[in-house]
Amino acid sequence: MKSLIRFRGGVKLPGFKSLSTKSPIQKTPLPSRLILPLRQHIGESANPVVEIGDYVYKGQIIADSNSFVSAPIHASSSGKIINIGPYTIPHQSGIAETCIVIETDGKDQWHPNIKQCDVPGSLSADQIRKKIKQAGIVGLGGAVFPSSAKLKPTREIDTLIINGVECEPYITCDDALMRTKADEIIHGILLLRRVLNPIECVIAIENNKPEAIKAVRSTLARFKEENIGSVNTIRVVPVPTIFPAGGEKQLIKQICNKEVPQHGLPYEVGVVCLNVGTTAAIYDCIYQGRPLVSRLVTITGEAVNHPANYQVLIGTPVEDVLAAAGGVQASKVDFIMGGPMMGQVLPDTGVPVVKATNCLLVKTPEKSKKQPVQLPCIRCGACANACPMQLLPQQLYWHARGKHFEKLNHYNLTDCIECGCCSVVCPSKIPLVHYFRFAKTEMREHEVKSKFADQSRLRMLARDARLERIKKEQEERKARRKAEREKKKAANQKQKQISESPKASSG
Amino acid sequence: MSNPAGSSPFIPSSSSVTKVMMTVVLALLPGIVLYIWLFGWGILTNLILTTTFALLFEWLMLLIRDRPVKEFLFDGSAIVTALLLGLTLPTLVPWWIPVLGAFFAIVVAKHLYGGLGYNTFNPAMAAYAVLLISFPLEMSLWSAPLVSQPETLGLLESVQYSFTGSLPTGLEFDALTSATMLDHVRTEVGLGKAVDTIEQADVFGYVGAAGFEWVNAAFLLGGLWLVYKKIISWHIPVMLMASLALISGACFLIDGSQFINPLIHLFSGATMLGAFFIATDPVTAPTTSLGRIIYAAGIGLLIYIIRIWGGYPDGVAFAVLLIGLTVPLLDYYTAPKVYGARAKYEKS
Repeated sequence: MKSLIRFRGGVKLPGFKSLSTKSPIQKTPLPSRLILPLRQHIGESANPVVEIGDYVYKGQIIADSNSFVSAPIHASSSGKIINIGPYTIPHQSGIAETCIVIETDGKDQWHPNIKQCDVPGSLSADQIRKKIKQAGIVGLGGAVFPSSAKLKPTREIDTLIINGVECEPYITCDDALMRTKADEIIHGILLLRRVLNPIECVIAIENNKPEAIKAVRSTLARFKEENIGSVNTIRVVPVPTIFPAGGEKQLIKQICNKEVPQHGLPYEVGVVCLNVGTTAAIYDCIYQGRPLVSRLVTITGEAVNHPANYQVLIGTPVEDVLAAAGGVQASKVDFIMGGPMMGQVLPDTGVPVVKATNCLLVKTPEKSKKQPVQLPCIRCGACANACPMQLLPQQLYWHARGKHFEKLNHYNLTDCIECGCCSVVCPSKIPLVHYFRFAKTEMREHEVKSKFADQSRLRMLARDARLERIKKEQEERKARRKAEREKKKAANQKQKQISESPKASSG
Repeated sequence: MSNPAGSSPFIPSSSSVTKVMMTVVLALLPGIVLYIWLFGWGILTNLILTTTFALLFEWLMLLIRDRPVKEFLFDGSAIVTALLLGLTLPTLVPWWIPVLGAFFAIVVAKHLYGGLGYNTFNPAMAAYAVLLISFPLEMSLWSAPLVSQPETLGLLESVQYSFTGSLPTGLEFDALTSATMLDHVRTEVGLGKAVDTIEQADVFGYVGAAGFEWVNAAFLLGGLWLVYKKIISWHIPVMLMASLALISGACFLIDGSQFINPLIHLFSGATMLGAFFIATDPVTAPTTSLGRIIYAAGIGLLIYIIRIWGGYPDGVAFAVLLIGLTVPLLDYYTAPKVYGARAKYEKS
């Protein structure tokens, strides 16, 4: 057994996990309205394939795309399409994007075509891939990268890593899933193994989840005993509790001692990494035929009355979910989607739960809104020690403030995973990640602008050259005409002289 | 930047500049206590003067520069600067030396360069260097350690001496002062004497300089605690001591009659204070591990060169200031490779 490699950087954080692990998984009631954004994944946004007024069944595709890196959107319950238009999406900017709104009919009726697969063992790798793509499955750890795009690597895969690390404080949905649905996860792994043919499979779980480790291990033992699939090459690896141990790149470093190439993807070094939630969703789609219409969401925070993990239909407005969790105690609170390290504050509670929503964290303002006084950087280097990407946050900070785009590129700003470690260790309380997000946006704008400026400049040069050429041609023409005219004139004069000369001679 | 509270992470930083600085002050305490115990109350007078005036100048500069006084005055950085300056001053200086030092450190070296985090040079060392060059006589008034010199001043007598220059009746000035060990070695070796005969002098202690060896040991302990508390990284102190030991060891092996052994170098003068508290000043030291290693090795080497061949008996201040000039260069060229920069597509 290979020993675990410690990735560089990272921070130890308080867990706050027990808050949401005391109660069993619950289901939120069917909301009256579902709001489904067309883009809930990385890549191309899906296009609506239904119209306002259409009746849709649960699990029916309502938006689709032909692009390789994209995922279809399904109706999460049966009902009528009442609108297709811009709605506020769960992003801290409060931006609106096109969403399909379903008024549910309360029947929650699955599409008649959706039924259990009797012979999942006989499906070919391509059939499995196709079904996963059609089911709209994306990375449920929060990155929402379309899973189907990970399953067609151009080289052989050595290691399949199933990510059950869940390193963000407060979040426990993967933990709850592993404790209750280890069967489905392992069935999902067996399916993935048929697609990817890896040499080995590793289920990585942070060592602060002993129950999950135990549950998965005992399930593996049972599979082995009952001879369900061959689980010999699947092993559970507890990883140390250090944030962000569950980051894909950090996890690959820990398990395989390999680094994903800069700007590259894990398959390039023979690794594919999928979240446990995604793996369970793959089981659901192949065995039950069900597309991704719901997910586990941790609803937590000191201000929530019944913190727990809830199975939530995708598209359910956050306010309905919170009501299901017994409401919120304080009147002034922050609603955060995601964890406290990488999540974002929601513009309002009318926004829907999307495929990326692993957690709804409700924090009281005196804890999260207290703005510490920012002191100047004292160059202590704590940020660089904490950075899991080995960036130099301090240098990035100077250049982000100065908007030195070339320098920001030199110091690899685009490699920043925005994990927040640098901000958390900064003694001067500088919101470093905030500066980096800002700088990334500025840099993108700058690139667009400079590209546009370059094009304009080229156009301008071409225009100048064209005008110059026309002018030159005109002048040449003019000169030619003038020369001709003068020639003619001269000829005329000669003629005149000739014709006049007899007169003179006669005179 | 507007509304950073709306942006993750939502877990507040548990570290703070004040915490860092106060931990440094705590780590200095054992050394300070031992220093006072062994060398008299003059040190406490110096420390009180530098600290009071450093805070006063800090407050004035914050007012002039229109900076938030409450947050900056008690960030602890001025106190650390004042303590480091006070600890490097000779024990029997007149009152205006620490005051002038505090002025130069805080007003010129710190605030005129932009205040906390922006100073190019270590403020305490810049002030020390200015004082040493400008007032060589006053800056050589070292008291003899009490172990070898029973005559001493009480606390009030020390204060009185500092402000008026007058000693209690019956006490001769020469009875109080003594050349430091490093100074003594310089002079005697310069006169052509062999080291083994010089080492008989009572300015030598068990392993280093009499008295100073204990103070150095206390700073070593405090410094190790700082490394343990992760306030400083091991790179600078370890490399500084290693390079000083290496070069002095090499010279000692080549000619033991001319050069004192490395242990004496490590446990005399400001070696430990420099290694753990001065060279590690985050603002003026490099930020990368490799940069820190090169920087500290350079300081160790330069300390030795100045001690042996330079114009001053100790060289910590000049070494820190001179090598400090290379920090931007070191930071630039020792930047670590980012994750994945070395990785390549692997063919299966």
